[in-house]
Amino acid sequence: MTRLNPSRFSPVAIGIATIALFTALPAAAQTEIQWWHAMTGALGDRVNDFAKDFNASQSQYKVVPVFKGSYAETMTAAIAATRAGNPPHIVQVFEVGTATMMSAKKSVKPVHELMREAGEKFDPKAYVSAVTGYFSDAKGNLVSFPFNSSTTVFYYNKDAFKRAGLDPNKSPATWPEVMAAAAKIKVAGDKCAFSSGWQSWVHLENFSAWHNVPFASKNNGFGGTDARLMFNSPLHEKHIANMADWMKKGYFTYGGRTNEAESKFFSGECAMLTSSSAAYANIKRNAKFDWAVGPLPYYRDVPGAPQNTIIGGASLWVMNGKPAGDYKGVAKFFTFLSDPQRQATWHQVTGYLPITHAAYEVTKKAGFYDKNPGTDVSVKQMIEKDVTLSSRGLRLGNFVQIRAVIDEELEGVWSGKQTAKAALDNAVKRGNEQLEKFQSANK
Amino acid sequence: MEKRVVFDSKLLPYLLIAPQLVITGVFFFWPAGQALYQSFLEQDAFGNSVTFVGLKNFIALLHDETYLESFKTTAIFSVAVAVLGLSLSLFLATQADRVIKGSRWYRTVLIAPYAVAPAIVGVLWMFLLSPSLGLLTHALAAVGIEWDHNMNQTQGLLLVIVAAVWKQISYNFIFFLAGLQSIPKSLIEAASIDGAGRTRRFWDIIFPLLTPTTFFLFVVNMVYAFFDTFAIIDASTKGGPGRATEILVYKVYHDGFKGLDLGASAAQSVVLMVIVIALTFLQFRYVERKVQY
Repeated sequence: MTRLNPSRFSPVAIGIATIALFTALPAAAQTEIQWWHAMTGALGDRVNDFAKDFNASQSQYKVVPVFKGSYAETMTAAIAATRAGNPPHIVQVFEVGTATMMSAKKSVKPVHELMREAGEKFDPKAYVSAVTGYFSDAKGNLVSFPFNSSTTVFYYNKDAFKRAGLDPNKSPATWPEVMAAAAKIKVAGDKCAFSSGWQSWVHLENFSAWHNVPFASKNNGFGGTDARLMFNSPLHEKHIANMADWMKKGYFTYGGRTNEAESKFFSGECAMLTSSSAAYANIKRNAKFDWAVGPLPYYRDVPGAPQNTIIGGASLWVMNGKPAGDYKGVAKFFTFLSDPQRQATWHQVTGYLPITHAAYEVTKKAGFYDKNPGTDVSVKQMIEKDVTLSSRGLRLGNFVQIRAVIDEELEGVWSGKQTAKAALDNAVKRGNEQLEKFQSANK
Repeated sequence: MEKRVVFDSKLLPYLLIAPQLVITGVFFFWPAGQALYQSFLEQDAFGNSVTFVGLKNFIALLHDETYLESFKTTAIFSVAVAVLGLSLSLFLATQADRVIKGSRWYRTVLIAPYAVAPAIVGVLWMFLLSPSLGLLTHALAAVGIEWDHNMNQTQGLLLVIVAAVWKQISYNFIFFLAGLQSIPKSLIEAASIDGAGRTRRFWDIIFPLLTPTTFFLFVVNMVYAFFDTFAIIDASTKGGPGRATEILVYKVYHDGFKGLDLGASAAQSVVLMVIVIALTFLQFRYVERKVQY
């Protein structure tokens, strides 16, 4: 057996080791910033590009994007990591998780505080209020960083409209117009006239804001955790009952709880669709027919409608418990992300909303909206009117479960098991139980 | 003369079973203890505010209609999976037992689904029965059945039952085939000589002699339907439409990992734990002892 003897190391080996040690030093001095996200496919590539560009722009910090699965999985992973005492710096959380994150005051670092402490220039007014409103606290301070926000829009198949003798250049503005179109489309022989993704988000949450009626008390929950659901009003009931009726007549086809209906649209099966504005890229890639985007339909007899729609998507949360020095890097990264040109590109490529007014202007000046008609529908829906207390957004705890409750009850309506009134009353009752639970767990 | 090897060390046996004990402790007792502990707490997702609430989570469960419905769904689902799975595989096993030519090929094909991961099984059947592009959906439409498991709750439940049964048939099949082959041929021949037909021989001789296997498989299938079908459901219906396929274990996951309501979720897993303990007890107490092999 040979024993290792230090004297037997050659000077060359020691030299190499020394060089290796010194070249490794700058890398070790670089602060790593963990960024957990839920973006797949092309969106995931964009996230990696953001990190790569930021890392190339300076040498002090290194942002490391880590894909953590679906939105729910990413959030659960971040919570588990926080409980284990080792959270990531930045985590992407979907909009329904906002109330949960906001209540975890000990675990998150509000973005406005982060930017102030780091001395980064940060003007909340530069951001679109319908977007930032969703992620601000009661005093109007931004708590998380808006990243990818979308809203609900209306898509229609122009070819199907032509076949049915409808004006392909006019998007039906109201629900009665949509159904008049649906009737003609059915007569023309199309199997499915209208379908919708995200039923709770489109037909109850956005429906409320778009008609300027509350979805829940306490300003949709912004005023405190003692908010209770209110979406069983006669107006809501009328809309859901109408949809049930349209379903019976064969105008409306149920697609599923999330975005399944989008494929029914771009495959040409369904002629009209309400879903996320972020479906744009996917439809553009897959649809083999002429199509267009219109604003979300509404009921003309409701005063004040249309107001503005509210957002979905996700924002970036900064977690507490990291070394103080790291946060400067996080703040620098957020400044980097806010750059108008960068935001404009993100908006144009993905169909997500521009989060700053400047990004919208840049896109407009570049002629993007003229070249891609319909891409500005979502933006206009969000910025044309100032938000009201009913249209600012939602801030409800246990909202993942409440959405599931709504999905379950609505599915009961579509399958003919219960009336719209019974479903909405049930959903409000069961949803309120979730809110009570949340209130009692977050005292 | 003593021929056995005698180990004098008192420590050695403990050392030898230590790995198994560590694994059981870390992967069973520790999480089970955690679940039990958390079921008495009410807390926010991050665990920043934790309150001891005694039995509140359990009482809430009893008053939760959806939980009681989930019990009913689980009962229907597991009995359907066990009964359908056992009868189909018993039928296949008796047929395979009779085949002489190419029996190896038949058996291999029948065993194959067991190697498919549960999530894949779920996706596979979801595509076969997809409302707009499923192969089977078109076949069903041809005979006048409109299939849409996204809307029709009975069809949603049927979908997961079919998928779960299909996956488990192989496992049951192997056991039944082995059971069939261990039945002495002389008994069957004797019955034949006495003039018993094929059906008679099956019900009077083969089926009673298979009872231990059937009983064992029944318990195993119940446990399978209760727990291992999670991935099938998650990949195909996600508990819907409505709550038609939300079995107990799926609700634990949904409330805990998606809803982040850890107290309720923990209380539900404690209830499930009690059920498994009861099933295991049943198996050891009655199946292992009373049934003669």
